[in-house]
Amino acid sequence: MTELLTSPTFAIASTLLVYWLAQKVYARWSLPFLNPVLITILALMGMIQGLQIPYERYAAGGQYISFWLGPAVVALGVPLYQHLDTIKRQGVAISIALLAGSIAGIVSAAGLAGLLGASDIIMISIAPKSATTPIAMGIVEKLNGIPSLTAAIVVITGVLGAVIGPTVLRWLGVISPTAFGLAMGAAAHGLGTSRALEEGEIQGAMSGLALCVNGIMTAALTPVLLKILLVFLHR
Amino acid sequence: MIAGFSIIFICLLIGEGVAHLLRLPMPGNVIGMVTLTAALMLGIVRVEQVKPVADGLLKHLALLFVPPGVGLLLYGDLLKTAWLSIGVSLVVSTIIVLGVTGWLQQYLERRHD
Repeated sequence: MTELLTSPTFAIASTLLVYWLAQKVYARWSLPFLNPVLITILALMGMIQGLQIPYERYAAGGQYISFWLGPAVVALGVPLYQHLDTIKRQGVAISIALLAGSIAGIVSAAGLAGLLGASDIIMISIAPKSATTPIAMGIVEKLNGIPSLTAAIVVITGVLGAVIGPTVLRWLGVISPTAFGLAMGAAAHGLGTSRALEEGEIQGAMSGLALCVNGIMTAALTPVLLKILLVFLHR
Repeated sequence: MIAGFSIIFICLLIGEGVAHLLRLPMPGNVIGMVTLTAALMLGIVRVEQVKPVADGLLKHLALLFVPPGVGLLLYGDLLKTAWLSIGVSLVVSTIIVLGVTGWLQQYLERRHD
């Protein structure tokens, strides 16, 4: 029995089944906090702890699912291509919005953590939280932060952004599909993009664009902005 | 179907190759996304060839984040050391990024029109 529970097949079957059920729940009630990814992650955490399955055994099967993230990100090139007109027409606006969002994200994440008493190493590890996992981990590694902490923070940020994003944007009166997509991708990388795709193709395309551009900007800006912040906080 | 998967995996391979060779801080999949867009723009690839597979993958994008999400279990102790500063800054900063990016884009595109 233990052999079955710790097999990759069990990990894959349980992940798919729980996600399927979570989607059904979300389809029926459609409440933001019932986000299928959030529910599935929490349920599976409970399940592997309850059944005492070591995380590595779950991950041995889970990797076959997360492997598809690579090709899926490449697939974002299709909606991006189909909305090139919008991107060309609003290139300047999009660049300004994404640059501002990227700077605001890095400064507010690291700055707030610092003001609330976090150590320098935590400030470094939290700074690129809105970038996609491999980019964020690469940045933090170079700056001598804790890349594994960053990996955790990036996933939390993604789930958080996907859950609260649409509500926050509606609340702020952001109704333009382009603006909605860019904001979701800039704040919550791939998870924000998956939520943006639910709203429509243009939202998804813009979110994919934001994920890409924000990643590049975050990699370029984080070292400089962190240096300034650290000097400022240690006056 | 096979054509679509072949094209997507070739773009991913190119992306990973470029990232590795040029030692870029960008992941291969993001470069692969740009490669696919460029191939479509240049007419090397036609939309009909990749669209069905791309749509299928993107429809279930959220599911692919589940296993790394469950991996958060491993970082419980690490996160506990500074949960308040991390938690507050993540929530506030996420709202700030959403607001700055979304609001600014909407303001600029309305002014343009």
